[in-house]
Amino acid sequence: MTTDTTHKNRVLIGKAGLDGHDRGAKVIARALRDHGFEVIYTGIRRTPEEIAAAAIQEDVAAVGLSSLSGAHLRLFPAVVEALRQAGASDIPVLGGGVIPREDVPLLIEAGITEIFTPGTSVATIVKAFTEACATHRSGRTL
Amino acid sequence: MTSAAIASLLERVHARDPRAISRAISLVEDNHPQADLIMSSLAKEPIEKMMVIGITGPPGAGKSTLTGQLISRFRAEGQRLGIIAIDPSSPISGGAILGDRVRMMQHALDPDVLVRSMATRGRLGGLCAAAGATVRIMANGGCSVIIIETVGVGQSEMDIIRLADLTLLVLAPGLGDDIQAMKAGLLEVADLLVVNKADCPGSESLALDLESVAPDRSRVCQTDALTGRGVVELSSRLASLDAEHRADGTRTDRRVQAQEREIVDLAIELLRPRLDLAVSALHSEPSTNPRHLAHELLLRLGIPDA
Ligand SMILES: Nc1nc2c(ncn2[C@@H]2O[C@H](COP(=O)(O)OP(=O)(O)O)[C@@H](O)[C@H]2O)c(=O)[nH]1
Ligand SMILES: [Mg+2]
Repeated sequence: MTTDTTHKNRVLIGKAGLDGHDRGAKVIARALRDHGFEVIYTGIRRTPEEIAAAAIQEDVAAVGLSSLSGAHLRLFPAVVEALRQAGASDIPVLGGGVIPREDVPLLIEAGITEIFTPGTSVATIVKAFTEACATHRSGRTL
Repeated sequence: MTSAAIASLLERVHARDPRAISRAISLVEDNHPQADLIMSSLAKEPIEKMMVIGITGPPGAGKSTLTGQLISRFRAEGQRLGIIAIDPSSPISGGAILGDRVRMMQHALDPDVLVRSMATRGRLGGLCAAAGATVRIMANGGCSVIIIETVGVGQSEMDIIRLADLTLLVLAPGLGDDIQAMKAGLLEVADLLVVNKADCPGSESLALDLESVAPDRSRVCQTDALTGRGVVELSSRLASLDAEHRADGTRTDRRVQAQEREIVDLAIELLRPRLDLAVSALHSEPSTNPRHLAHELLLRLGIPDA
């Protein structure tokens, strides 16, 4: 083995909830890939518990969620809680989609690290994931 | 990270903790300074007992869906499984979208099914090293069956076949894959040739074609991975082949050869930076025969001509 660490930013992009649109999630997944991320894509209609289990098995540094159905106030915090229950509260959750501005403080309060409202540029989103990964890595003991 | 931290991580791996298993895999995959310590601290027994199945074939043939079905069969036997799903990294950005899990989500909440997606990261021998290390860590984490899925492109499939005790080549009708044009070696090396999408037109004739080119027609199976039809037969073929190979020494021979290949790959990886360094010290003039200079380079590193 060589002694230099050659880490890659690994993130999970998922879509909780019942609506079947994953265009937004796929756009973000591709943008992250094009910026050198390894993106674990879990597909649509995942439960918070499924997302948490996948995040742990894949050892991702961040979870990104997309919601278009209006269920973000319930679903995003549920993923934060599922990660906590699974002993992975260190993994940050970022979310985006059709989210009214007035919901942002509620979500931040519920433990979501970053919220992307409609119109947020892809560059901003990539930067937020890059920072979330760096913060997670620096806080990790193992 | 201290060696005490590594010791406690390994303790948790042996206690089957999914988080510890996935951390250990990342540390080795990322060439962490303690990667060597992790690998040499693993127990040999679970590695000797495990069965490693390689699944390769063109994109869209149904490898991930079929893997999902095979997982169900092995879970019914009470085995813990590790899945390594390998996809190519983008040669431009180095990133990857890893989506094989989508087809295995029926097992997402089963604590005894560990799925790890892995990107090729432009490694050649290195992919084999990373996947080989992952297999061993998963075995130490209690996985008795390990399935490696890889897209059948380039060198990676041959690498994975090397790692596996048994290899399935999965094909499907309508992928425009001409059997005659398929890399000849692959048909011979695969232990079983699976015609998936048996529910689709063209699957019968694909199976017949394969039977005519396969060294042994009993190697051809048909499955419908959406419904699971044919999967019981496939898994019993796997079980009997495994028993056969354990009894006649094939399994041991393959593992010995695989380890030899792995050692060579790792040695080349270790050698490369030293070669890179030494080559500039050579101050070579333009030459009609660079091969001669390569010999001289090796000589400088103390490796005389054979
Ligand atoms: N009709 C049919 N479709 C299948 C079968 N197996 C897989 N598929 C579909 O084929 C597509 C590719 O499957 P996937 O497992 O992702 O293929 P992979 O790229 O080889 O891993 C998906 O849409 C599957 O639902 C099958 O036996 N019959
Ligand atoms: Mg696949």
